[in-house]
Amino acid sequence: MKFFKRLSYVYSVLIFLFLYAPIVVLIVYSFNSEKSRAKWGGLTLDWYRALFSNSEIMRALSTTVTIALLSSVIAVVIGTMAAVGIYNMRRRSKMAVMSLAYLPMLNADIVTGVSLLLIFSALGLRLGYFTLLLAHVTFNIPYVILSVMPKLKQLDPNLYEAAQDLGAPPATAFFRVVMPEISPGIVTGFLLAFTMSIDDFVISFFTTGSGVSTLSIMIYSMARRGIKPEINALSAIMFIVVLSLLLIINLRSANDAKRTDSRPVSVGARASGR
Amino acid sequence: MKKVLSILLVFATLLTLALSGCTDASNKDKTLYVYNWGDYIAEGVTDKFTEETGIKVVYDTYEQNEDMYTKITAGGSSSYDVIFPSDYVIEKLIRENLLAEIDYKNVPNMSLIDAKYKNLAFDPDNKYSVPYMWGTVGIVYDTTRVSEEPTSWGVLWDEQYKGEILMWDSVRDSIGLTLKYLGYSMNDHSDAALAAAKAKLLEQKPLVLSYAGDQMKDMMIAGEAIIAVMYSGDAAFVMERNENLSYVIPDEGSNIWFDNMCILKSSKNKDLAEQFINFMCRTDIAATNRDYICYSTPQIEVYNALDEETKSDITQYPDDSIYARCEVYEDLGEYTQVYDDLWTQILAS
Repeated sequence: MKFFKRLSYVYSVLIFLFLYAPIVVLIVYSFNSEKSRAKWGGLTLDWYRALFSNSEIMRALSTTVTIALLSSVIAVVIGTMAAVGIYNMRRRSKMAVMSLAYLPMLNADIVTGVSLLLIFSALGLRLGYFTLLLAHVTFNIPYVILSVMPKLKQLDPNLYEAAQDLGAPPATAFFRVVMPEISPGIVTGFLLAFTMSIDDFVISFFTTGSGVSTLSIMIYSMARRGIKPEINALSAIMFIVVLSLLLIINLRSANDAKRTDSRPVSVGARASGR
Repeated sequence: MKKVLSILLVFATLLTLALSGCTDASNKDKTLYVYNWGDYIAEGVTDKFTEETGIKVVYDTYEQNEDMYTKITAGGSSSYDVIFPSDYVIEKLIRENLLAEIDYKNVPNMSLIDAKYKNLAFDPDNKYSVPYMWGTVGIVYDTTRVSEEPTSWGVLWDEQYKGEILMWDSVRDSIGLTLKYLGYSMNDHSDAALAAAKAKLLEQKPLVLSYAGDQMKDMMIAGEAIIAVMYSGDAAFVMERNENLSYVIPDEGSNIWFDNMCILKSSKNKDLAEQFINFMCRTDIAATNRDYICYSTPQIEVYNALDEETKSDITQYPDDSIYARCEVYEDLGEYTQVYDDLWTQILAS
């Protein structure tokens, strides 16, 4: 028995190694004074310095982050409203709308990207930040719907009505009773949308213009001539930031779970605002 | 309720900020939209242009011709004025009537471009394009592990280098060199030629270490492979970092490629675009670009100003006998699909 425990432990370590080895190599080479991966030229912080003085990369970084944040927030708002609406639909219309809603997710990125480009040019919109934002919102919404729907299904179907019975107006009933219950789904949807947004290349490439570039577009454009080492430095920083955020969040929620008891029992107490 | 309101407020502010950002870019007075390869212009050049002419340059980048072509034809053409396509794409764009004829009265610096690089098959009389950078495709090999200088593409099929050969993951380049090796033209799309090329490439597959892209450079510098097919610009890069490497263009001939500057027909800033192209051909600017990019320049004065070592380097400036054996890619038209399918089959087998 102990042997199998050891074995499964070793197995998990190997999996983690497989997942993170490339990132570790990337971080190590961000300190390499030689441009090529093949040679080791000694430790240096040059690339980090060059990174912060490279306005093109910094601009792309800020565009990437702001687009990710904005599009996720907007997608969460629209997606949650959509999910609630779909949840309350009759069977047939529900199925029809669901399939439509999942279309951007199922389509190959290039199909979504080029079709969005066609629509934007048909509407006479100049490609730029706004079109990029619209595109990101479009492909993020299905992910939000996908995350919120299960939480809605888990909801006690009478919760909303019960809150209204106890005197809450519809808006309060929704925001104070239903939303907290589905909030894990909303948060997951937000995080998923954020990740998909940062990661996206194809759709962003075809829907942006006017000098607005995201990190992924900039990095791909470097492929022909060689990826600059500043990108290694940037990736290292991004990885550390995300890792720390995750650790902080998980530690906090672990502490919270220890402190709070099980969820509130009385619907009445919630609805009356305590 | 308060929480929701505050979140909505935050996002409304962000939205306003973001949208205000995009009105800046649509500032109509004297802005030029340039679409170029990534990392294909020296730093500060566009700023210098703005300084001298007052024209703002909005600069976007792409990674390959096909991406740029798709974007332009799917509706993105209204977003760009100047583009930098490669030879065969120029041919396609001309045929599809997407390029504007250049008024050379506004581009007097065209006279500084060597006549050798003008009037080529893809754009006779250079009505639509001005040369920017050029290069060749050849073989980079490790002189310490290859007994004598390869003279033929056949070295890529040599059994003794099994597992140490790198081929480009590129449809045109890999099929093209095979066709050249077999004695056909690089633009041949007849069934016989393609069948022969396919057979040859399948024959080669067990000897190939990898069908690589950009990683090839690192691999050759590290000595992880002995022979690789490379662009001349990349060859110069790796040879600088590994003294054992050398570049050669096989006797059968090879591909010579051009990246030229073109103006889109839909451009509303044709005069600004011509000013930009003229600026790029100016000797000091062309020299700055050449020094940064390190590919071969078509500009006469820049070439003459190079040191003897660079000028005589056949990697960057092959002599005329080699030049004569090289072909420019022509657009395959409907046969592009045939080539693509063939390549997919080879990679998948």
